[in-house]
Amino acid sequence: MNWVLVIAGAMVGAPLRYLTDRTVQSKHDTVFPWGTFAVNVVGCLVLGLVTGAVTAGAASSQVQLLLGTGLCGALTTYSTFSYETLRLAEDGARFYAGANVVASVVAGLGAAFTGAAFAQALWG
Amino acid sequence: MGETRPGMLNEPVDPDVDLHIPAQRKALRHGQGPVVAVVALGGAVGASARYGASLLWPTTAGTFPWTTLLVNTIGCAIIGAFMVVITDVWAAHRLVRPFLGTGVLGGFTTFSTYAVDIQHLVDDGDARTGLAYLALTLLAALAAVWTAANLTRRVIEWRQR
Repeated sequence: MNWVLVIAGAMVGAPLRYLTDRTVQSKHDTVFPWGTFAVNVVGCLVLGLVTGAVTAGAASSQVQLLLGTGLCGALTTYSTFSYETLRLAEDGARFYAGANVVASVVAGLGAAFTGAAFAQALWG
Repeated sequence: MGETRPGMLNEPVDPDVDLHIPAQRKALRHGQGPVVAVVALGGAVGASARYGASLLWPTTAGTFPWTTLLVNTIGCAIIGAFMVVITDVWAAHRLVRPFLGTGVLGGFTTFSTYAVDIQHLVDDGDARTGLAYLALTLLAALAAVWTAANLTRRVIEWRQR
């Protein structure tokens, strides 16, 4: 059953990342990978919220597997983040490469802390 | 990083579709269904592998999350090699890149668990472990993608000689 929950979440999360990336990337003309940035930050916020809810006893471990391990895990990506950073650096856009690393880590962490704080306020 | 090798300039920044090429932008409107389906399928495979790794090597609260670090580093190494191969030598079916690059590797690696694990370490008073994990993952992931891409380009160059 646990595997089914992870797979079900991932089968929603991965296409959601793909479609969000497509939509965001078609809306701007810069080299900055806003699409991957957006899914990663949103995923961090949701996972912070879900993990906080589980810790507070407001959600079950099944919810953690479905929405956390499955959905948020597949919605967010480290491989595309690092590959896009590499390509920006190689193409001479070193500023954007550095900005992508700093912005993704700072915004991702900020989102995770915000999600956890919301969970604490709601169910803590 | 230094000198620019010939093949490198053709490789896209975005691993699935290059929207700056009008033909590819147009292609987006057609046949999205199969692409979304293989991304979902690949995502399920990748996430299952990550979940399996977390069951085999569980991380206890308050300790360094080695399993996620390793999962993310391996995923970055594979995408580095894969993107070079699929751009420079392998004329693969159009669904291979979304399946492997976007689906499997995207589902295998995770940014959200990385961030939330750091948040937990910091909130539980293990800020030093959290910061070490933050920096080490970044270094390992970027080193892995860079090394894998460059080694693969070298092997391709050597074989074409």
